[in-house]
Amino acid sequence: MNYVRDVGALARKDLLLELRARDTLPAMLLFVAAVFVVFHFTLPGTPSRLETSGLLWVAILFTALLGLGRAFVPEREQRTLDGLVLAPCDRSAIWLAKSLATLAFLAAAEVVALPLYGLFFHRVGGATVAAVALADLGICGVGTFLGAMAVVTRARDLILPLLFLPLAIPIVVGAVGASVVDSPGRYLGFLALYDLLFAVICWASFEYVVAE
Amino acid sequence: MLLRVLVARRLGKRYGEKRALRGIDLELPRGGFLVVTGPNGSGKTTLLRICAGLAQPTDGTIERAAARSQVGYLGHEPLVYRELTALENLDLYGRLYRVPERRERIGMLLERFGLWDARHERVASYSRGMTQRLALCRVLLHDPELLVLDEPYSALDEAGAELLDDQLAELCGERTFLLSTHDSARVERLASGRLALAA
Amino acid sequence: MLAVASLVLVTTALAFVFFVAPNDANQGFSQRIFYFHVSIAITAYACFAGAAWKALRHLWKRDPRADLESYVLVHQGLIFGTLVLLTGSIWARISWGRWWLWSSDQLVLFLVLYLFYCAYFMLRYSVDPGPQRANLSAVYALFGVVLIPVSFAAIRLAKDIIHPVVFTLQGPQFGGWILVTYCIAQVALPVLAYTLYRLELGAKRLDGRLRDLREALA
Repeated sequence: MNYVRDVGALARKDLLLELRARDTLPAMLLFVAAVFVVFHFTLPGTPSRLETSGLLWVAILFTALLGLGRAFVPEREQRTLDGLVLAPCDRSAIWLAKSLATLAFLAAAEVVALPLYGLFFHRVGGATVAAVALADLGICGVGTFLGAMAVVTRARDLILPLLFLPLAIPIVVGAVGASVVDSPGRYLGFLALYDLLFAVICWASFEYVVAE
Repeated sequence: MLLRVLVARRLGKRYGEKRALRGIDLELPRGGFLVVTGPNGSGKTTLLRICAGLAQPTDGTIERAAARSQVGYLGHEPLVYRELTALENLDLYGRLYRVPERRERIGMLLERFGLWDARHERVASYSRGMTQRLALCRVLLHDPELLVLDEPYSALDEAGAELLDDQLAELCGERTFLLSTHDSARVERLASGRLALAA
Repeated sequence: MLAVASLVLVTTALAFVFFVAPNDANQGFSQRIFYFHVSIAITAYACFAGAAWKALRHLWKRDPRADLESYVLVHQGLIFGTLVLLTGSIWARISWGRWWLWSSDQLVLFLVLYLFYCAYFMLRYSVDPGPQRANLSAVYALFGVVLIPVSFAAIRLAKDIIHPVVFTLQGPQFGGWILVTYCIAQVALPVLAYTLYRLELGAKRLDGRLRDLREALA
């Protein structure tokens, strides 16, 4: 019960920080719209559903990366991660709270992105929305975890995409599959499995990422 | 109740090729007040970070008879979020440290350190002295058994320094202190032990 | 001792591959690269799995030597991974006239893992040596070993959405001398890997001891 309260307090802090700073979410929205426009110019002719589905997920992935790169910035610049690590709460709560906050922003960006995609390219079906939901969990869980790792390095923002993209490949496969195939159950199931597997490993090992 | 809060034997810390600490022995009894002095670069900050539990030594051992919930650490950074208000910062830490009667305690500390009127303003708008006073509130919030303070006077103005003097005098003997400072004369009368680090 | 053993084994394997194993009915002499490709791949997997095991020992048991061992194993895995990609590419060229096949599950999986473990090195070199670097490396190595089966499943799933292409890399029908040759190669390569591992580990440990000594004298 305490754990839930800790996660709540930390997530509330993250949401407050972003709402006050007001930079990450607008950037993500603008980015995703710009990326769609670029896609239009990079696809010759009338692209099929399969092709544009792929592009949707590229857009979501890179928009997410934009947000993930910013996730631990307050903790890094003001060294406040020390303060959180000193606290008696379970360190995994820091990861979970940050993931939930990032999820909220990514979802907010997608609320705009998906209709926009429907407007520019093809209508988005129910399976795609389900895929978005499941993929978001994986993206935010793993991405936040790697973001905490990246923040400790000298390379910082440079290294996050390198760490994240190989791990994101299964997410992309599951998500694109669910978007285009007639019976998306298998792909959605795969996404759920990925989410569960990596959530467990992230939850269990975050301790080692932040504490020396 | 264990008699010694901190015991370190041949403590050393190396960051890659650079050595920050070498062969430190220290014993801090319950209720003790250990003052650490030394020039810049002698490893005071590293030593205090290890004692607070923020860093692990690369050589030697350290035993700490205080759980995380019983340790309060003040470093060079105030460890408060600039975009949050004083109240929001202390509320967060109050929840994380499960401080009983959180609101009352926060109010009491803010008043004691003269920040009550500024409690709804973002920390970004505070002066350096005010931020340091807020950091002191954060450290004292959960009434820790062991207080590790790294040059607490450095960012304080004279009024703030006097407030800290009063606070230290009040808690001296009841709580255990590990404090580093350039101005050892100020805390001389409280000190039960001294440790001088060489560069 | 170990070096001698691996030299003997690898030479034997080479001898068998080139002289003893019969020619493949379809692909002829050039198909022999299969013997190395598969055994190198399995060796690489073993290295990554070993690295993850050492990583676990570092995190869980606080084994002071495990971090370096894990790192060297990842390094070996990456070296052998490079060989997998190279031999696979050559094999693809021989079989289908193209230097790369997206349809080969094995190749694509290794490409993903290659990217992942290259990032391991970027991570490692971007953090100062110390307990934090060891922790981060260990956690990442554990992620890697989980990624192997997950990626494999993903690549298989992807076959349904990406146009299935007929090009594949097929091994020969197992039997007789082919099996023997393969087994020899399969034993030789892990031994070689282990020899290289011990060599590199020894060299790195010596480096570490020299550094400690220099520091103690300073």
